[in-house]
Amino acid sequence: MHPVITTVLQRLALGLLTLFVVSLIIFSSIEFLPGDFGEAILGQAALPETVAAFRKELGLDLPLHERYLEWVGGVITGDLGNSFSGRGSSGGADRSRPVIDLIAPRLGNTLFLAGMAAIIAVPLALFLGITAALYRGSIYDRVVNALTLTTISFPEFFVAYILILFFSSFFKVFPSLANIDPSADFWERVYLSALPAITLTLVIVAHMMRMTRAAIINLMASPYIEMADLKGVSKSKIIIYHALPNAWAPIVNVIAFNLAYLVVGVVVVEVVFVYPGVGQLMVDAVTTRDVPVVQACALIFAITYIMLNLFADIISIITNPRLLHPR
Amino acid sequence: MDIKDLEKAAVEGKLDRREFIKRATALGLAAPFATSLLTQSVHAGMTPKKGGKFTFGSSHGSTTDSLDPGTHENGFATNLVFAYANHLFEVDNTGKLIPELAESFEASKDAKTWVIKLRKGVEFHNGKPMTADDVIAAMNHHRGEDTKSAVKSLLSAVTEIKKTGSHEVTFTLNAGNADFPFILSDYHLAILPAFEGKMDWQAGFGTGGYIIDRFEPGVRATFKRNPNYFKSGRAHFDEVEMVSLGDTTARQSAVMNQEVDAIYRVDPKTVHLLGRNPNLSILEVTGTLHYTFPMRVDQAPFDNYDLRMAVKLSVDREALVNKILLGHGAIGNDHPISTSQPFHNGEMTQRKYDPDKARHHLKKSGFSGTLDLSTSDAAFAGAVDASLLIKDSAAKAGLDINVVREPKDGYWSNVWNKKAWCACYWGGRPTVDWMFAAAYMNDGKWNDTAWKTGPAADRFNKIVLEARSELDTNKRRAMYYEAQVLVNDDGGALIPMFANHIHAVSKKIGHDGQVAGNWEMDGSKAIERWWFA
Amino acid sequence: MSVGEEGYSAAGEVSLIKARRTFRANVWRGLKSAPPTALFGLTVISIYLIFAIFAPWLAPYGEAEIFPMSYAPWGDEFLFGTDQLGRDVLSRLIYGARNTIGIAVATTFLAFLIGGCLGIAAAISQNWLDHLLSRSVDVLMAIPSLIFALMLLSIFGSTATNLIIIIAILDSTRVFRITRAVSLNVVVMDYVESAKLRGEGLGWIMRKEILPNIMPPLVAEFGLRFCFVFLTIAALSFLGVGIQPPTADWGSMVRETAGLIQFAEYDITAAMTPMLPAAAIALLTVAVNFVVDWFLHKTSGLKD
Repeated sequence: MHPVITTVLQRLALGLLTLFVVSLIIFSSIEFLPGDFGEAILGQAALPETVAAFRKELGLDLPLHERYLEWVGGVITGDLGNSFSGRGSSGGADRSRPVIDLIAPRLGNTLFLAGMAAIIAVPLALFLGITAALYRGSIYDRVVNALTLTTISFPEFFVAYILILFFSSFFKVFPSLANIDPSADFWERVYLSALPAITLTLVIVAHMMRMTRAAIINLMASPYIEMADLKGVSKSKIIIYHALPNAWAPIVNVIAFNLAYLVVGVVVVEVVFVYPGVGQLMVDAVTTRDVPVVQACALIFAITYIMLNLFADIISIITNPRLLHPR
Repeated sequence: MDIKDLEKAAVEGKLDRREFIKRATALGLAAPFATSLLTQSVHAGMTPKKGGKFTFGSSHGSTTDSLDPGTHENGFATNLVFAYANHLFEVDNTGKLIPELAESFEASKDAKTWVIKLRKGVEFHNGKPMTADDVIAAMNHHRGEDTKSAVKSLLSAVTEIKKTGSHEVTFTLNAGNADFPFILSDYHLAILPAFEGKMDWQAGFGTGGYIIDRFEPGVRATFKRNPNYFKSGRAHFDEVEMVSLGDTTARQSAVMNQEVDAIYRVDPKTVHLLGRNPNLSILEVTGTLHYTFPMRVDQAPFDNYDLRMAVKLSVDREALVNKILLGHGAIGNDHPISTSQPFHNGEMTQRKYDPDKARHHLKKSGFSGTLDLSTSDAAFAGAVDASLLIKDSAAKAGLDINVVREPKDGYWSNVWNKKAWCACYWGGRPTVDWMFAAAYMNDGKWNDTAWKTGPAADRFNKIVLEARSELDTNKRRAMYYEAQVLVNDDGGALIPMFANHIHAVSKKIGHDGQVAGNWEMDGSKAIERWWFA
Repeated sequence: MSVGEEGYSAAGEVSLIKARRTFRANVWRGLKSAPPTALFGLTVISIYLIFAIFAPWLAPYGEAEIFPMSYAPWGDEFLFGTDQLGRDVLSRLIYGARNTIGIAVATTFLAFLIGGCLGIAAAISQNWLDHLLSRSVDVLMAIPSLIFALMLLSIFGSTATNLIIIIAILDSTRVFRITRAVSLNVVVMDYVESAKLRGEGLGWIMRKEILPNIMPPLVAEFGLRFCFVFLTIAALSFLGVGIQPPTADWGSMVRETAGLIQFAEYDITAAMTPMLPAAAIALLTVAVNFVVDWFLHKTSGLKD
């Protein structure tokens, strides 16, 4: 079998194992967190007997392993369960909220925002990284470096507030609220998500750009690059045809990491722009100990991470013949 | 049209109101409990007009919110429930109790039996007429063994609810309570349609002025006006959108950039700057919200009277009001009754920062060492900073305090009501009795100072119980005055400040001259009470 | 050091010069050849370090000292005014240097120690150890780190030590991956193979054969990881956990005052308040990374 296919199959199998362990860790972490759903929902108003009523209805009085096994059983058959919130036995009909209904629209939003930020950020970072490596030591290199470093060293919410100040208050170009409607069409979504996407871009470009630059510069002293240089190949050609192919491994790794971050780590940006994404859902669910929702979010994040890394590893293998044909 | 004409217009269709007030006065409960303080409100008192889409930013809202009124606890939920549903009684914008879905009521002499006649011809949004069965199902949602309601204890005095007519319900209490109709105005006790004898809250149908169009928990709720609304002179907007804006800066940006028409919980730090925005007016209301630092008297060292007194005297209350509320509030006197409430004891001397006296009490208590003060901004915005100020002023009185910041997450279940000394807040309780019953009486479920025994506590419990069924206002006042003195002196609560509600409202919005102070956003009823000028 | 009593020896004299050059002159020579950006970076870092170490002597007031006046304007008594509680902003900035840099340095070093060692070990061994480590790291990384940190801090309490350990462990997974990825390219090199065949120990191969060859990307990562620690603390304080008060740290200081930015139109000095700690972080980040760039350039062996 082709080594790449072997790797893919191996990774997918391992991915399942990872998912299992992740769900176990998250499940037990919530268990270790003080309080449960009833106490969290009722807050200051919680009484022992009302909390007990919640426990009974949600099955929280069952032992830990039974609850976990029941959840795993559901997931294997494709049922992520129901959110703890909004459940009620009154009114006859079952109107509980399936986790999937809660997550699906938000996941769509999250992927949309991540995609938008990635489309701007990845090419920009590669371009800046390559050109900075090409003209290293020049004024251009230094300015690009200082600028990206400055944007990366401000906290996300700070960048967001500054963007809001300029683009929503001084010049009313974009709205400061990105609470997109499920019925919004594509361009409306783009318009509403502009500021969060720009914020995210500013936050991740520096990391990818610097890694690209460093990886290329690291290769510039290699004998084969010097050889090409001596042959009189132009610098830009050297970088694009000789250095870049060998620099892909670290670059792709950093890109994968940042793309995963775009999906997983944007809670703060979601809060500032009131963007209805999965991050906010997960934080809320953790706060209220809504275990099925936390578990489902964790699974989605884990799958995103696993797939992006698989992708990065495949590229690393393909671009490195030594790994492609191991001795 | 002036304000008087307006008031007349507002009460049109409520011909029983006068009669109600007469009866209510006889029971000594209709005096206004919250005076509102209006600043810079340009359009207050203008003629209400129909139409427009009102967008408002709520500082609350979580993805795990639901429509179950038993679990409503944040500002998003209260505004939502007051928009789409009604209650038996309503606290109006001047602080008076008026019937809402109730038409009239009658109490027995001992205030134990309450017969409530319901308004006829009121329909739920699904077309079902509202009857006594719905009211009983709605009340029972919060009663019984397996209820999950946050207000279970509020109705624990109710022994029986009987249907005494298609539109008449009779409540029987285990002890007299002259303030019972106030309890029925609590936002949790919304009247929603019954289905097979149980309250059906999942469908989101109420009798309110607005019909829920879409409810996305933690994001937004949208409403359309109910064309069949039974109240006249209310529900002026055609459409309403309520957006959850948890981050203070995002919320203030949104209202400054006119993306929303109104917000509440303006940061006191930046009120003066926000007020400079030409499109906004700042609406500030004094209410019953107060910030407390309960000391548990059942745990050492707070079981010592002198130590509690040393703590109470070593707090610089003025500094707290000036620095935490930036002047947008009032100094507290270690009892939970606000100056805006009718039975507030104004004759008592205000406790002041007195390091020397504090040192004297500290010495007498024999305590030496460090006191841990558990705090978190989950208790109230600025609680951590407030604790640091207390530490600073107490140090000058020789009292060593260690401020422990606890995680916001799980604060109410793990810290509050458990740790010996922590930060806490108490929101609007419309009556003195209700406030004492919730947090200071010995059978109170949320007695966070554990102040239950001893001569002073015994005396306190006795007189508050007596006052509950006392119909003579003067006697009642004397009892409540004494109760406040007892809490102030012997109780475990350090209550240094009362906070104002601060809103930023677009100048396009109009509202009545007086704005309710029981909750933020005009008693959480801005959606039904305000209009576009 | 004197020539000694055994008399003159040529080797002795050569080693003497070499020794002298190694200790002092080399540093000087290095500095003289350093580009202006690197010198700027070094200067900034030195100034920060001086402030961090001598904070109690340099700050005009105490870290938690409270004055009656809140939001005092910028002026002679309080250079950058006071904050809401009436604490001197300048003093808190200076103490912030000590706390923030201390925590960031400790966290980053811990993260690189854990992640770097395990990463190289995994790349060399490429057996069950590699699998075990890679899978464990995969699991940790598959959990959103900010939310996981939030949960862990809620469970264990947000003390400075816990903060350092939790952020370091979560960060070390990233370091592990980068280290392992670049090391993989190195371990397939012939010189590593031959070292293995020579029977060198794991530690020796890690230190002598691999580490020098993977330093550049690691150092670049170090520069960024270092400033990510500030950002993580700022994000955590945004979500409600963080350093225990009244300890001053720049991340939390930005968070506390960030809301003032939106009023730039009405009060420009108020809007500048959050810029001070933010600029302090930014300046340090730029400085550290300028020095990192210089190092990258030197180790790359490129002369231009």
